[in-house]
Amino acid sequence: MTMTANKIALSERYTALFHANRARLDEGSSNLINRMRDIAIKRFEKVGIPGFKNEDYKYTNLERVFDQDYRHILEYEKVDIDLNEAFRCDVPQLDTHVVLLVNGWYYAKNQPLQNLPKGVVVGSLQEVANEQPELVQDYLNRQAGLSEDPIVALNTALAKDGFFLYVPDHVVLEKPIQVINLMRAEDAVFATQRNLIVVGKNSQAKVIFCDHTLSARDFLTNNVTEVFVGEDAVADVYTVQNQDNQANSINSSFFKQGANSNLLTSVATLHGGLIRNNLKVEFAGEHAEANVYGMSFTDKKQHVDNFTNIEHAYPNCLSNQVYKNVLDEDSVGAFTGRIHVVRDAQKTNAFQRNNNVLLTDSAKMNTKPQLIIDADDVKCSHGATVGQIDEEALFYLRARGIGESDARMMLMNAFAHEVVQNIRVEPLRDRIDELVEKRLRGELARCHSCDMS
Amino acid sequence: MEEQDKILHEVTSQEYKFGFVSDYEMDTIPKGLSEDVIRMISAKKNEPEFMLEFRLEAYRKWLKMPMPDWAYLKIPPIDFQDIIYYAAPKKKPQYESLDEVDPELIETFNKLGIPLEEQKVLAGVAVDAVIDSVSVKTTFKETLAEKGIIFCAFSEAVQEHPDLVKKYLGSAVPTSDNFFAALNSAVFSDGSFCYIPKGVRCPMELSTYFRINAAGTGQFERTLIVAEDDSYVSYLEGCTAPMRDENQLHAAIVEIIALDRAEVKYSTVQNWYPGNKEGKGGVYNFVTKRGICRGESSKISWTQVETGSAITWKYPSCILMGDNSVGEFNSVAVTNNYQQADTGTKMIHIGKNTKSTIISKGISAGKSDNSYRGLVKVLPGAVNSRNFSQCDSLLLGSTCGAHTFPYIEVGNKSSVVEHEATTSKIGEDQIFYCNQRGISTEDAIGMIVNGYAKEVLNKLPMEFAVEAQKLLQISLEGSVG
Repeated sequence: MTMTANKIALSERYTALFHANRARLDEGSSNLINRMRDIAIKRFEKVGIPGFKNEDYKYTNLERVFDQDYRHILEYEKVDIDLNEAFRCDVPQLDTHVVLLVNGWYYAKNQPLQNLPKGVVVGSLQEVANEQPELVQDYLNRQAGLSEDPIVALNTALAKDGFFLYVPDHVVLEKPIQVINLMRAEDAVFATQRNLIVVGKNSQAKVIFCDHTLSARDFLTNNVTEVFVGEDAVADVYTVQNQDNQANSINSSFFKQGANSNLLTSVATLHGGLIRNNLKVEFAGEHAEANVYGMSFTDKKQHVDNFTNIEHAYPNCLSNQVYKNVLDEDSVGAFTGRIHVVRDAQKTNAFQRNNNVLLTDSAKMNTKPQLIIDADDVKCSHGATVGQIDEEALFYLRARGIGESDARMMLMNAFAHEVVQNIRVEPLRDRIDELVEKRLRGELARCHSCDMS
Repeated sequence: MEEQDKILHEVTSQEYKFGFVSDYEMDTIPKGLSEDVIRMISAKKNEPEFMLEFRLEAYRKWLKMPMPDWAYLKIPPIDFQDIIYYAAPKKKPQYESLDEVDPELIETFNKLGIPLEEQKVLAGVAVDAVIDSVSVKTTFKETLAEKGIIFCAFSEAVQEHPDLVKKYLGSAVPTSDNFFAALNSAVFSDGSFCYIPKGVRCPMELSTYFRINAAGTGQFERTLIVAEDDSYVSYLEGCTAPMRDENQLHAAIVEIIALDRAEVKYSTVQNWYPGNKEGKGGVYNFVTKRGICRGESSKISWTQVETGSAITWKYPSCILMGDNSVGEFNSVAVTNNYQQADTGTKMIHIGKNTKSTIISKGISAGKSDNSYRGLVKVLPGAVNSRNFSQCDSLLLGSTCGAHTFPYIEVGNKSSVVEHEATTSKIGEDQIFYCNQRGISTEDAIGMIVNGYAKEVLNKLPMEFAVEAQKLLQISLEGSVG
């Protein structure tokens, strides 16, 4: 396939950026991070920024968001205000350890976390990789490094910092860790963030990511998160995306699950520009279970694309996916869900569902569920629908004296609740329900101040 | 388990029963493809200028196209210069009755079971038999002509109805549509042409039987069906090929144009030689089939039973242009041994209140791979459109694969699109239930598979349904792993 002239120029801009700043990239970072850069940039060069001819990016053209004059943040920049002050938690019952990241970097004035169980490490990836490399080396890039995605490779080439969590074996981290990703700048900014989460054997942890913007500028975030869930471990990873509509982000999450482990991950997209969420789950042992949920509410010119890939490499595992989207105005949604059951991964149960509601004639939804099944003793299914709110259900409510707009609201809330109800942190569940309702009523601010934390 | 292995062995060692070679003289041209070859084909067929232009335009576009690689298929490289692009039975028959036909040919038809002869009149099927891409005999022509129906070889239509051909050729599948469509447009040698005039309901099933016979040849036939306002036709297509160690290429095009309130039903039983059980030989079947519901309330339905071919690459599609038009796709695709199939449909909703239904049943056994790939696209103007898709896959044995790749694109708020897919194997409880009632495992599997495919088989015209059912049994009975 020949690359278009523009695409070559665009991709070259990013490789040139890499080569011009090679020394700055390495500076301050552990060799663990630096040694991956050369291979990664080569991998990126091979494909370049994916255009719509790339099957995996068929419904999301990244050239548009990459083709801007961004300032690349290659080292930590001091923040002139106290971000801890800028945030007031308005859900007091949500008792979490709060960690702030700004423009992809671990915020220097994060308050130290109190009462963490022994051995639990929370901090900056750059710092931990320098100071405790033994916690990082067996995990970093072990999943992302296998990805063919050029955007993931670009992250590996450019990444310097991000969030790090380590939970040793046999430890239950009761309190969720809340990671608040902030974008704040006075100019157009490109940020690269690299997160690593390790949950040891027979341990438990919950992480909540909240993506926010503090200023309305053109932002592009290239975010990669690798999560390792040990044998018999239980991990929850929630993401709430509520950014300004000028903020674009590509989030690639990789989950590797040991035998008997249990994963719940859920992403809620409320506001934002172009958002692409890549998610990969790979089982590394039998009897593991993955529950993957997502929902989005879009309007204006928003573009949300969820791309999932569940790799059933071992027998007796279960995966369950539910993605729901409500599209208003001129927004565009996309969903691609791939379930791959490899040969001899018998007794696999894999289910997937994608339901979408279009509210206007100018909104557009593209969905591409896929099953690739190479074993016979399996139960796999997928279902996808694109439609409207059920007129009969609406009639039922109106016949009982509920006004039309209220009735619609109730039905949409119920539609979304099927995803929300799976959240295993109760205050968070209630809060997201509330946010969804606010979002549907059009009352939710396009996050300059935070609604979530 | 032992019994199952035995049954599996029996099934996989089934001989391909259509694998004979008929020994009649062929008129072939040298191997290879170039503008000269295309001119030669066109000259041999004594075609008017517009046909040559059509071919050359397609050829020039084809030269610039890469071979598609997006399907879930492993296609060995094909040397397009190593293929004979024209092969015709030498004594091109211009017969008045069957008595004059080359007895060798009659013998072939008898082996195929084509109802060409008088005794088959009762079957009530008009047949156009195409051997190595050249139409040799069309039956019932006079009966049809009374009603104004034109049913003849494509080359004959070019000579006798050039206006119709010129008007509709390439209107559903343009020359630049895809790699294989362009190749076919450049070199197609013959095929069938069918024209149903306004208000006419075709009194019998029309049928084309395709057969590749000569070695080293590719088959490139082209079917064009035009249904005028308020007309109806049901069309059948069957195909077989001799057993050969080499792979043979078959790249066909079927175009259907349905005008106001017309209905076209197109049924296929595809049984090209699938290769032997080691996966050697077999036909590469790369087919472009597309129908346009151009008129309002028109309807096109595709029904296919795919049991043959080493590689199948085929997506019969409907473009629903007219308001209230309807598209249907019903498919049973069976793969065994080393067969690969990537098949499905496209439903493009353009007109208002358009409806489409997709039922796809995939059955894979042996070491085969069977994929469904489909697109449902609802354009913003196609308000109140409706689609329902169901794709089920049945896996027989642990070494085969079943895959589903649907694409759904919806651009307005009043349309409803539903898709569901399941993958499973025959339940042990189902087999046990049958065994318990004195039904052997082999029969039980036959019953279950036939029941599974029944939804689609029921859509086939009677004559075909029987054949299809038999084919299913031959391909699969008992092959549980």
